[in-house]
Order: sequence, then C-alpha cells, then structure tokens
Amino acid sequence: MKMIQKAAIASLAAFAFAAHAADAPLRIGLIATYSGPYADYGRQFDAGVALYLKEHGGKIAGRPVEIVRKDTAGPAPDVARRLAQELVVRDKVQILTGLDFSPNAYAVAPVATQAKIPTLVMNAASSAITSGSPYIARLSFTVQQVTDPMARWMARNGVKEAYTVVADYASGADAETAFGKAFAAEGGKVVGAVRTPMNNPDFSAYVQRIKDAKPQAVFFFFPSGVMPPAFLKVWKARGMDETGIRLYATGEATDDSYLEATGDVALGLVTSHHYSYAHPSPKNRKFVSDFVAEFGTGLRPSYFAVTAYDAMAAIDLALAKTRGDAAGDKVMAALKGLRFESPRGPVEIDPLTRDIVQTVYIRRTERVKGELVNVEFDRFEKVADPAKDGTVAR
Amino acid sequence: MATVLFDGVAYGMLLFLIAVGLSVTLGLMNFVNLAHGSFAMVGGYAASLAMSRWGIGFLPALAAAFLAAALTGALLEVLLYRRLYRASPLDQVLLSIGIVFVSIATCTWLFGPTMQPFQLPPWLEGRLSIAGLEVVRYRLFLIVSGMVVLAALLLGLGRMRYGAMVRAAVDNRRVAAGTGIHVPRLFLLTFSLGCGLAGLGGALSLGVLGLDPYFALRYLVVVLMVVCVGGAGTVIGPFIAALGIGMVDVAGKYYLPQAGAFLIYAAAIAVLLLRPDGIVRRKGLR
Repeated sequence: MKMIQKAAIASLAAFAFAAHAADAPLRIGLIATYSGPYADYGRQFDAGVALYLKEHGGKIAGRPVEIVRKDTAGPAPDVARRLAQELVVRDKVQILTGLDFSPNAYAVAPVATQAKIPTLVMNAASSAITSGSPYIARLSFTVQQVTDPMARWMARNGVKEAYTVVADYASGADAETAFGKAFAAEGGKVVGAVRTPMNNPDFSAYVQRIKDAKPQAVFFFFPSGVMPPAFLKVWKARGMDETGIRLYATGEATDDSYLEATGDVALGLVTSHHYSYAHPSPKNRKFVSDFVAEFGTGLRPSYFAVTAYDAMAAIDLALAKTRGDAAGDKVMAALKGLRFESPRGPVEIDPLTRDIVQTVYIRRTERVKGELVNVEFDRFEKVADPAKDGTVAR
Repeated sequence: MATVLFDGVAYGMLLFLIAVGLSVTLGLMNFVNLAHGSFAMVGGYAASLAMSRWGIGFLPALAAAFLAAALTGALLEVLLYRRLYRASPLDQVLLSIGIVFVSIATCTWLFGPTMQPFQLPPWLEGRLSIAGLEVVRYRLFLIVSGMVVLAALLLGLGRMRYGAMVRAAVDNRRVAAGTGIHVPRLFLLTFSLGCGLAGLGGALSLGVLGLDPYFALRYLVVVLMVVCVGGAGTVIGPFIAALGIGMVDVAGKYYLPQAGAFLIYAAAIAVLLLRPDGIVRRKGLR
C-alpha cells in the first residue's frame, strides 16, 4: 500500500514538474480593499485586471494566470503585511500587486525584499514607497507628481496668490508641501493653508474662512470619496463662484468613480491628474469601450482600473523580456526602463527609482453628451516624481 | 460672526434631526441602539432613490424616507429588537452593532460602494438675504425642519396621552400593562417613530453629507455624543447639545482651524464631567 502511494506521489511530482516547464500558471497575489467604505478600489482593480486578461486570452507571456485576491478592508498595514506573507509562503505567488493604500504598501515592502518577489503598486501614492524595497515598482502616480504640475500651471496662468486646503493625513501633508514648493518656484505665494480632519461632515467653517480671506485662488487636496463632494457642495451653495475666487484641485476631487454622484457642483473645476476616462486617444477609446462591453455602464473605469490594467501589461512585457522567467531580480531588471502606451498616454518606469514617469493632464469638469467628465485641455509631459531624483530630467 | 453662528446653528439642527430618534429609542425605551445610523442610512437611500429613479419631489421624498426607515424599524423590532428589551446593555450593543455591519454590507450589495447622487430642488439652492445676512437656503430649511420636529415631539411626547403611556410603560412595564396599556404595540410604535426620525434626518443630511454604505458608522460617534451630552430620553436635551456641538464645531474650525476639530470633544468631556446624566436629566427614570 505504502509503495503504491509513494509511486503515485512520485509520478504526480514528475508530472507537476513537467507541467511547470510547459505552462505552469503564473500566480499573482492581489492585495486590495474589497469590503468597507473603500470597496470600490478592489472592484476597480479586479475590473482592470480582468479586462487585460480577457483581451489576452487569459494568459501572460504565454502562461495561464491565477490571481489570488486578499482583502485588507481599508488602510491596515499589519493586515497587508500578514496577507503578503501568506501569499508568498502558502499560496506561492510569484508576483505581488494591488496595494491601494500607502501604509499597506509600506508594510508589504520588507516582505517583497525578503522573498525577492516583484511587487507592482497599483495605487498607493506616497512618494517613498519605491525606496522601501528594490523589488517594488509603481504603475500609479505619486501625490507630488500630480500636485506639482497643478501649482506650476496655476502660476503660469495668472494666479499669483493661492490658499491651500488639504485633508489632515500623510498624503494631504505631501500635497501641501509639494504645492507650496512648486508654486513658490514659479513665483507664486501661498497666502494661507488649512488642514481639515479626515472625518469632517461640514465644511462651512473652512469655506467661510476662505471667503473672508479673499485669496485669488484655492487649491485643495482630498482623497477621493465623500470629502470632495461635501466640500464642493458648500463651495457652490455659498456662491463662491461669484466671488471670483478660482478653485483648483488634484484629480481625486473628480475621480471618475464618484463624478456622476458628485453632480453639477463639480462643473468647471480645474484639476490635474494622470488619467481621465474621457482621454481622447484611440488606445483609451478601445479600453473604455471594451470595459463597457465587459462590465456595463454601471461601472466607469477610474484611475484605479487603468493602473490595474497597466500593471498586468507591465508584468506581461517584463516576462516577455525574461522569456517567462519570474525570478525576482530578472523581472525587476526587465521592469526598469520599461516603456509602453497606456490608455492614459505614454508611460515609463524610471530605471533608477522604479517609479512611473507619465503625462499629467490639466482638465476641466464638463458635461459632455449628458455625462460629467474630466476634459483634458493642457498637459505636462514626462513628469517624474518631483520628490525623488530619477534619471528622467524634469 | 453672524454667518458663523448661523452655520453653526444649521449644522447643529442637522445633528439634532439625525440624533433625536436615538434619544427616543435609547432614552425612552432604554435600548442601546447603535444601529441608529443604519436607519438614518435607510432614509437617505430611500429619499435618494425616490428622487433619482422615480423623479419624486424633495418633500414627498422626505416623507418616503421617514416611512421607509419606520417600516424597516418596525420589521426589525418584531424580528430582533423585541427579544432583547430586558437583556443587558452589552447584548443590545452586540445585536445593534451587528445590524450596522449587516446594513453596510446590504447597501454595498444593493447600491454599490460608491456615493449616491443627489440634487437639491431649485427652490433650495443658492442664497437668501435676510436683514443684511446672506444665508444658504438649504441651511435655513434645515433650521426650520429642526424647529418643526422639535415642536411636534415636545407636543406629542410631553403633552399627549401617547407620550404619557410611553413614559409609564418604560418606568414600570408591569403596572402599565396592568392599567390596560398594550405595551408591545406601544413599544413597536415608539421604536418605529425613533427609526422614522432617523430616516428623516438621514434624508435631510443628503444636502450636506455624502451618502454611501459607510454612512451607518461614519456619523455614529457624533450622534451618540449629541444624545449623551444632551441627556438621553429627553427631546430638549439633545436639541441643546446638538446646537452647542454645531456652534462649537463651526466656530472652532473658523477661528482656530488648527485645533478646531478637537474642540467639540473637549466640550463634550467637560459637560459630561459636570453633568454625567447630560444637560437635561429625565425625570422619573430609575
């Protein structure tokens, strides 16, 4: 009996080995938020990943793909770290991805380093994440990367004085600093700065304060979700448009996922970001129409979906370079300097920082064919993270 | 100064409208109902859907919100809450916080995790000039709604027979039943009233706060604060507390933006140290 069992196991192992050589599935661990108030993030990631796989017959570099999803239910660094360990040790994933919140990405970095697992960040936007491990590359953006161009654009378009409003958390502070630095570099002056608590139901006090301070313009940074609409509602109701105070923000304020729900209060708002669902390139038109064909019109692809889609493309291209070898160092070497056309425009992974270099667009919220969209009307090309010294010259 | 005060009062009224229903269930019926925010959320979704999908006007949508939350409350009272009226507060907390999570998951499943669209009717948009003071119309509407609800509750619970019956039934259920009061029916009605008020508050909050499935939990702290600082079981207590919290919050954020967010908590602690039972103590309890 024992002999038969042993033989069976041996033949099974031999078969498994042979299968591995041919087309063993590529296992990718996806750590994201699937429940709680930010469940939309995971939903968008899944949609982007599914769309890429569908367009490529479910295969990456000729190998079938197995996605192992893990839920952190929001910003939870300890949970993210434990899940990353589980994915590496138990599920034997060869690549880690997802990572919507920066604290989660920071927590996963040591795991990536120890296990030498290539980790592709799909959203977390804190600048220093890529410095956390040589096995991390980022496909999304950094807060500074989208804030800096907004400040420069404002200064170059007649804004001399600005007031900043940011949510009081790490990214908010990053945006405040990046804005101040870039705005000053272009000769502008920040005349006031205020930080609001993350859980702030009523913005009337802050808006009234701005109204009384009468700055020339206001720049705000809030995470996408309930904060921007609440702020914009108060802004509109208080008649701030008639005071002549101009309003600017980063694209989180008009996140495509939330834009329809935000409603007309967003009309006319000028924002800076790396992706708009209305980006007028053939590649994006195809991306959007495929997305609608797959998921219907109920879900609009946001910058989360597009970075998830791009993360899959990056893995595909890197593995094509390594001829399917998923060894950590080889994949990272292949990712460095990788260039490709994304639905958002041309992107590149800086070989030195492993961070993304991309076009940042200046957009205005408009109603086009009955839909609220971000219409791009100006751009900054090849923008690298201004908080780090990469190889791509600014 | 006047604008800041007005905004504070309006925000306070909104807090009062959401929280007063909890004062009824928590204070009058002695049930620690942490799921109060869930009923407010039901009202919010009912109003939002009624307006965006069926094109109903804002005022009928408010009525729909009250009814939807009251009916949901009645259903849950019969199925769940009824069994725990005499249980320990810890059991009640466990049940109601469970309901919160179930409600979040249910709303995510039904309506998705993102926010619900909401558009104010034109007659509530923009501003109004009253005696030289520019006020936002919707905020004025909130203040008027708050006053109407306050007056209705003071009359209904304080002056009418129904209110006397509720108070009697809570203070001594056996004696109240002995005098011929149908206590279970009375409690069902009162619980539904509390939930309906929550629904109304939730619907009225649409013009200021965003509505997503997390609503049930997001405003729980401030709602509990209003009721505990004000004095559970009264109507006037939460009213005073809500106005106070609203004004301290808005004024704090206006004049001291660095510290503004914490002032309401400091104020709440100070009040509770001085008056552990809240600003207005309910007579006849315990």
